[in-house]
Amino acid sequence: MSQAKNQITPWLLLLPATVLLAVFTHIPAVMTFINSFYQTPRGKRPPRFVGTDHYTTMIIDPVFWAALKNNAIYALGTVPASIALAMLMAIIVNSSIRGRSLMRMSFFLPTVLPMIAVANIWLFFYTPGYGLIDQFLALFGFHETNWLGNPDTVLGSLMVLAIWKEAGFFMIFYLAALQQISPSLSEAAALEGTGRWYFFRRVTFPLLMPTTLFVLINAVINAFRLIDHVIVMTRGGPDNASTLLLYYVYNVAFRFWDTAYASALTVVLLLALALIAFIQFGILDRKVHYK
Amino acid sequence: MTAMTLSHQPRAFSFWRTVEIAGCYLLGLLWLLPLLYAVWMAFHAPQYEARFDLFAPLTLENFTTAWAAAPFGRYFLNTFMLITTILISQFVICTLAAYAFARYDFRGKTLVFMLVLVQLMIMPEVLLVENYRTIARLGLVDTVVAMGLPYMASAFGIFLLRQTFLTVPKELDDAARVEGAGALTTLLRVYVPLARPIYVAYGLVSVSYHWNNLLWPLVITNSVSTRPLTVGLQVFSSPDQGVQWSIISAAALMTSAPLLIGFLLFQRQFVQSFMRAGIK
Repeated sequence: MSQAKNQITPWLLLLPATVLLAVFTHIPAVMTFINSFYQTPRGKRPPRFVGTDHYTTMIIDPVFWAALKNNAIYALGTVPASIALAMLMAIIVNSSIRGRSLMRMSFFLPTVLPMIAVANIWLFFYTPGYGLIDQFLALFGFHETNWLGNPDTVLGSLMVLAIWKEAGFFMIFYLAALQQISPSLSEAAALEGTGRWYFFRRVTFPLLMPTTLFVLINAVINAFRLIDHVIVMTRGGPDNASTLLLYYVYNVAFRFWDTAYASALTVVLLLALALIAFIQFGILDRKVHYK
Repeated sequence: MTAMTLSHQPRAFSFWRTVEIAGCYLLGLLWLLPLLYAVWMAFHAPQYEARFDLFAPLTLENFTTAWAAAPFGRYFLNTFMLITTILISQFVICTLAAYAFARYDFRGKTLVFMLVLVQLMIMPEVLLVENYRTIARLGLVDTVVAMGLPYMASAFGIFLLRQTFLTVPKELDDAARVEGAGALTTLLRVYVPLARPIYVAYGLVSVSYHWNNLLWPLVITNSVSTRPLTVGLQVFSSPDQGVQWSIISAAALMTSAPLLIGFLLFQRQFVQSFMRAGIK
């Protein structure tokens, strides 16, 4: 095969993918940045350059800060909890406990269902007084709580749902990793009389590190990407106590039709994602123990 | 906890071991409970929705009411068209790209590959403002194609297939070439058949992702003839509609039913597919 032909074939193979990726990922990312310096186009007039106006608006916009803070709390709350639970679930399902395939099903099932469907079901659970959670808590003498109507409890309520929905998904990756750990390690440990907790800390946990990194990145991305439950359950309320960043972008762009400000907000979101990528490739990758 | 031995040891019959096993089952039950309750609600009359009674009469009325109240049949068709379009395009586009990355050397390969991987971080829904503008410019707003386009070149798919193609022995490729097969023939005859389990895995992951996807379809569709199930369910159950919980439960279960039944029937394959997709 000639050298010239060898140079053309790969590009032809890549053509459809690169065109689509450029049109729907790279160009829009750049355009988001550019458009954040212009006014929202109205009618036929070309949009006016406004410099950093949108960013100065953003700095004094309390809703933006609320969204940023909520999203940080949401990520810090859901990510470690989902990861810890996923690890625990995988260890349970991978053990010799009876009925483990039933357990695996029950952990994984929430993952298969659409977020919008489970959010609608949980909406009922959170209903004050009447819902499942309040009815259960009433047995222990608690008063009714407006879980989704109170700024103090709303974000936590969404986080519980997100953890329930996601932990089983991450469990799968841990399960795959656990099954690749050689059984001779645990046999050797058993002969030595090593404690289980010690074995987990010194052997299992470090061997699961690459999986933890993979899951961590995915969990953090999801914390910024998935807002279906916010749309269904709270619409960011009450008083923006459950507004996440992407939900605010969606609201500004498609309810107030202020696409330029939405672009500026998206830039912040992209910066957050870039920071995660940087942490992944720059710092964590070096600390992970690979086999 | 620290003093305990491994689970298969005879010492396992201790008190703490029993507590631990009970804890495991409790966690499993806790995870299943919301769905069990939703199923219970969906099959009972609305007056039982907050009053659990084991002997309450079963009914299918919630399902028939929900089905009649919104064009769910049409939504099912739309979702079906959406996932078929996406799946076929993803298979074709990602296979071609993965092959180029796995078996060719060309200038700028690493850079292009890095650019592809950017999509793992920045999913299309994050850029929904600009993507909406692009789709509007193409005149495709409110079409099935518009719902699928941003997802057709999937970085995840390209990466997954590339990893798989890399494991195919180079000798098989060379043998096919010697017999006069071109790039596409080699790809179809050698690589694709060997990667079949990965296609199944990727297909399942992709179908469940797009069956469940809400935000982008919500933004880009605005009519009954294109809305997928998720958007249809969102329109149906908006709080201002005042629909009863048992009917919402029925609708939620109905829209997830094909995935749910598929999962229950092929649980092992499902889980293994997700595992396969994750290991790469």
